[in-house]
Amino acid sequence: MTQDGHLAISGNADLVMVRQQVRVVAVEAGLSLIDQTKIVTAASELARNALIHAGGGRVSIVVVEDGRRRGLRLTFSDEGPGIPDLDRALTDGFTTAGGLGLGLGGSRRLVDEFDVASAPGKGTTITATKWARG
Amino acid sequence: MTVHADVARRRITELLGSADEQILRRWSTIAQASADELRELYQALRNSLAHEGDDLTDVRGLLAELSRSRARQGYTPSDTARAVYSLKEAVYESVEDDGGADALRGFIWFSRLIDDLGLYTIETFATAREKVIMDQAEQLLELSTPVVKLWEGIVAVPLVGTLDSARTQVVMEKLLQILVDTGSEHAVIDITGVPAVDTQVAQHLLKTVVAARLMGAECVISGISPQIAHTIVTLGIEFGDIVTKATLADALAYTLRCSGIEFSERRHTRIAVRTEDA
Amino acid sequence: MERVPILKLGDILIISIQIDLDDQSVLALQEDLADRVVSAGARGVIIDISAVEIIDSFIGRMFATIAGMCRMLDAETVVVGMRPAVAITLVELGLSLGGVRTALNLEKGVALLDHLGDRGTPR
Repeated sequence: MTQDGHLAISGNADLVMVRQQVRVVAVEAGLSLIDQTKIVTAASELARNALIHAGGGRVSIVVVEDGRRRGLRLTFSDEGPGIPDLDRALTDGFTTAGGLGLGLGGSRRLVDEFDVASAPGKGTTITATKWARG
Repeated sequence: MTVHADVARRRITELLGSADEQILRRWSTIAQASADELRELYQALRNSLAHEGDDLTDVRGLLAELSRSRARQGYTPSDTARAVYSLKEAVYESVEDDGGADALRGFIWFSRLIDDLGLYTIETFATAREKVIMDQAEQLLELSTPVVKLWEGIVAVPLVGTLDSARTQVVMEKLLQILVDTGSEHAVIDITGVPAVDTQVAQHLLKTVVAARLMGAECVISGISPQIAHTIVTLGIEFGDIVTKATLADALAYTLRCSGIEFSERRHTRIAVRTEDA
Repeated sequence: MERVPILKLGDILIISIQIDLDDQSVLALQEDLADRVVSAGARGVIIDISAVEIIDSFIGRMFATIAGMCRMLDAETVVVGMRPAVAITLVELGLSLGGVRTALNLEKGVALLDHLGDRGTPR
């Protein structure tokens, strides 16, 4: 983990690191066991996406607060080729890498807020937030 | 703090001390409360004003107590606040008697202080209310979600009352955990006591059944009222191959059959033996 | 990379996943298992995931692949001990295990394999 809370994603072993670190911070943010599992799974999908499509990237994991509740925000960024057709990429079953095509759409369902910023040739930044319940 | 303000403030504190019995009596008359009830509060206020630094912790504690006890007696929060505000009137009479510029200037400061304390009683009231509501919501969640064992390997969740998304989620998580803990391969979700479901709740029910299947257990949904059946079909929610039964009894019979347990009804059959041939 | 041990009990192979699976371990496990099914002549494979805290689409796909592979080698696969949180997450993710059989725990998994064996053709 670097100084500013970023975690590099450059190889298969990093996926495990990302999952473990997200779990630690999710516990810190007060997420329930089920919500921890959901955000860790989403992180695993998104980290693998960055690895497969962009050859790597990085993620920042932070605890956020909006006055009433606490949550966890993940920001994945890469300098890859970007996503040409976002709507199609978010559709279940659409894949360009021979996977199941659940990564992006599935991750969106696992979190409360999901935002993708991408342009061809300019890389991709995905922000996913999960709030603690109750 | 300017020298003027400091002097003004000291004057009020002195007045509160020298005319204490008179002020207290007036206060209790205007506030329509017993002098005993107010004396402790009055003393605490005097004490904290006499010391530098405005430490109002004791006063706030007593106010919170007063606010609670008055709420129990059926006073509205406005009544309590008004009782606190009436101290201004009582003190003003003493200030008028004094007539000095310092006392009058000090009264403005005192008045602002009492305003804050009055608002504090309202805040206390609201906080207490909120806590009661939150406790009740939590209790409701706990109370209304029993998971009962029907038979070895069969558990049931009788859902009663209106289901919202949060409650359905809690019940379902609890059900799945109990399947693991008890090693039950069958679960009956009975919604006889549920007046209505919306799309989200129906989706949660469906997801639970699918999740249970992933874990190696089967769920049956029973007690679907005609209205709910109508809603589900109208909303276009696909129940697919999920087993539904009209009543809890039907669901139990079905799950027992699935677990390989068979019941035979006792029949009284007469066998007529023909003796002629013998 | 860590390798997941494969245990043999009669004609059943048991895999208990106790580590945080990385993608390499998943692929290695698939290969190891295929070899063992053939060399041991196993008729059943049980994958115990009661210690697994998350299953993403890659790991989920492994179960379907293993089951399909074992079926071709004439062995049935049962995944046992999935945690509720994992099951709920898989449903939300939209991932089905592609017809993989599941059981609540190891014991029930063995019972399920016995049951399937009884029904199948004698060997």
